[in-house]
Amino acid sequence: MQKSLLIDPGKCTSCLQCELACSFEHEGAFSPAKSRIKIFEFGHGARAIPYTCTQCAEAWCMQVCPVEAITKNLTTGAMEVNEQVCVGCKVCTIACPFGTINYNRDTGKVVKCDLCGGDPKCAEACPTGAIAYVDSDWTGYERMKAWAQTGQAPAA
Amino acid sequence: MTWQGKVLRVNLSEGTHEIEPLNREWADLYLGERGLATKYLWENMDPKADPMGPDNVLIFATGPLTGTMSSTSGRYAVVTKGPLTGAIACSNSGGKFGADLKYAGYDLLIVEGRAPKPVYLHIVDESVEILPADDIWGSTVWNTEAWIKARHQNPRLKVASIGEAGEKGVLYACVVNDLHRAAGRSGVGAVMGSKNLKAVACHGTRGVRVEDPKRFMAAVKATHKLLAESEGRQDLTENGTDSMIDMMQEFGGLPTRNFQEVQFEGTDKLNPAAMQATKPNGHRNLVTNKACFGCTIACGRIAHIDKDHFTIVNRPEYRIASGGLEYETAYAFGPVVGIDDIDALTFASYLMNEHGMDPISFGGTLAAAMELFEMGVLSEKDTDGVPLNFGNAEALTVMAEKTGKGEGFGQVLGLGSKRMCEKYGHPELFMGVKGQEFAGYDSRALQGMGLGYATGNRGACHLKHDTFAEDMEDQTGKGKAKPCKESQDRTAMIDSTGLCLFTTAAWGVEEFCQQIDAACAGDWTPERLIEIGERVWNLERQFNLAAGLTAADDSLPKRLLEVPAPSGTAKGKVNELAKMLPEYYAERGWTAEGVPTNETLSRLRL
Repeated sequence: MQKSLLIDPGKCTSCLQCELACSFEHEGAFSPAKSRIKIFEFGHGARAIPYTCTQCAEAWCMQVCPVEAITKNLTTGAMEVNEQVCVGCKVCTIACPFGTINYNRDTGKVVKCDLCGGDPKCAEACPTGAIAYVDSDWTGYERMKAWAQTGQAPAA
Repeated sequence: MTWQGKVLRVNLSEGTHEIEPLNREWADLYLGERGLATKYLWENMDPKADPMGPDNVLIFATGPLTGTMSSTSGRYAVVTKGPLTGAIACSNSGGKFGADLKYAGYDLLIVEGRAPKPVYLHIVDESVEILPADDIWGSTVWNTEAWIKARHQNPRLKVASIGEAGEKGVLYACVVNDLHRAAGRSGVGAVMGSKNLKAVACHGTRGVRVEDPKRFMAAVKATHKLLAESEGRQDLTENGTDSMIDMMQEFGGLPTRNFQEVQFEGTDKLNPAAMQATKPNGHRNLVTNKACFGCTIACGRIAHIDKDHFTIVNRPEYRIASGGLEYETAYAFGPVVGIDDIDALTFASYLMNEHGMDPISFGGTLAAAMELFEMGVLSEKDTDGVPLNFGNAEALTVMAEKTGKGEGFGQVLGLGSKRMCEKYGHPELFMGVKGQEFAGYDSRALQGMGLGYATGNRGACHLKHDTFAEDMEDQTGKGKAKPCKESQDRTAMIDSTGLCLFTTAAWGVEEFCQQIDAACAGDWTPERLIEIGERVWNLERQFNLAAGLTAADDSLPKRLLEVPAPSGTAKGKVNELAKMLPEYYAERGWTAEGVPTNETLSRLRL
């Protein structure tokens, strides 16, 4: 079964545990500036929204890469950057409509979410369940169920 | 490891800065944040210096766990000599600023001198600039943050700033970061204002590494789980700190109308249920809860005000959601001033954040002014025509704004309760210690709290010790000295880690030690950590003694020592400080005059 990150902004408290976990997994240091998942706060914090790569099936970043540094991991479905191959041209950062692939000036390569090889640390670290890792084919299951439940009560 | 190993020293008089190595010997003895900043303050200034003069030193300090994955790892402390108390001031804050200061590569930021003209600091990793703040001098905290982010086209900057209150020397002005988190008490914002320093804006990309990553992550996982499963944590997440209002009401420890009473008839309009209730017009005060950096508790409240409420009906700019009521704001704008209008309290809370003021001290000062008004000492001639009766919600919001802007009677309120009460010839109406107003607990019902207040190094404070369990169990002065002393030491240690006190809902010293030992180089034991706490407490005491404070300052107002509680579980009781204090000094290894003995000092390597 392939899985996807399922994000529920309503549950996000903006604690940034996901950014800490992501940067630790990929950089070995706690550094939200290097996280592949970002939390955006709106207003004075009334709304916080986690945002990261959704792993497009026909990924524009992958299609435009001139050196084929981005490949699809057939097990996890993640588009992964091969750092040995990436030349840091940043064309992918232009192609991505969502801005979720970015350049890292320290390494001269681009970075993006790779689902941590199938064990995403952001979802594991999230204390409120705002980030979950669920069956790709059924990311809407819980929401469907919640709506279905509203019709369960007998008519008055 | 986990310390960045660097201290950023800025001299505002000279307009210079330098980056110096962290004194690792001191880090081993004082850990970080509160403790380490206290050591640097002690070594860098004369405790007798004028707190509002250029010789005072202002330190922003992170802890070894700040910025790590430990829960609540966003804490930083502001340590300086406080203008409200003349004692050491140590206020800490959450939000996200502290972590970014550390990510920029600094354990401490030391600010010396006084800028000839208003400035702000712009720090991005090694790049440090002292820039003119003429365009934002006079701005609110909220506008300052927006201006700085726009000016540098960098939305990722984290900003700690002062409002007008800090610029104009309100003696309990605070430093506000991330719009509504504050290093709130003892006037640290007034010191920042006296240095002509409007804001510190920083962003860091350096990250934080720990000594033993594998063991650290195992400790993080275990301690997160403990916190997640604790009932105290669940209550904080659901209700914030405001649950305390119902507890204190029931117990009879809720200071009401300037401590004339200990129970308030309006708590059901201010408690978590009221905050979460939907009114007939569909308005609900609470919008959501919000976490500080790294925090898996998320006790923060985001609230909004009914658009038809008198406070904002003609002010559409306040039709926003922002930081809502915590217990201490609910107490300081509620019972102690006799007000039960939750939207008025929320608006006053916004004003505190916008103008940068400590709500506890503001509320305590207003309460004393209201008592003076009802006694006839003050009249509407003194108070800009505003009737300062207890229960007047409009007086609360009007005076909050006047104080924040330094207008009219607000200038008097900005002096704090002690100076104001002295000015009008009634020093006995000041409810606090060492010039700082009490938090929301009455020491007649909570005896150990009274001892903690009286001996507090930064004046009256509920956050520097924890004797709740002992106080609820027994309402005499018996057996309070030891737990007071021990919890002061424990708290001083926790305040030196970079983590939040609220983790004690589930964690003991052992849990802090697991994380510290994995993150920091060297061997760390619970005993060593507790000793650090004791060392910090004693060094703060040394600072205060050198500043001129004495045992006479370890006192409580007569109202708590001589006037019995009128109701509640402690009805008929007064605080038994005279019994507790000698026992406490002995427990501390201090003389009968409250001075640490040479044995105590050498045992603690002071």
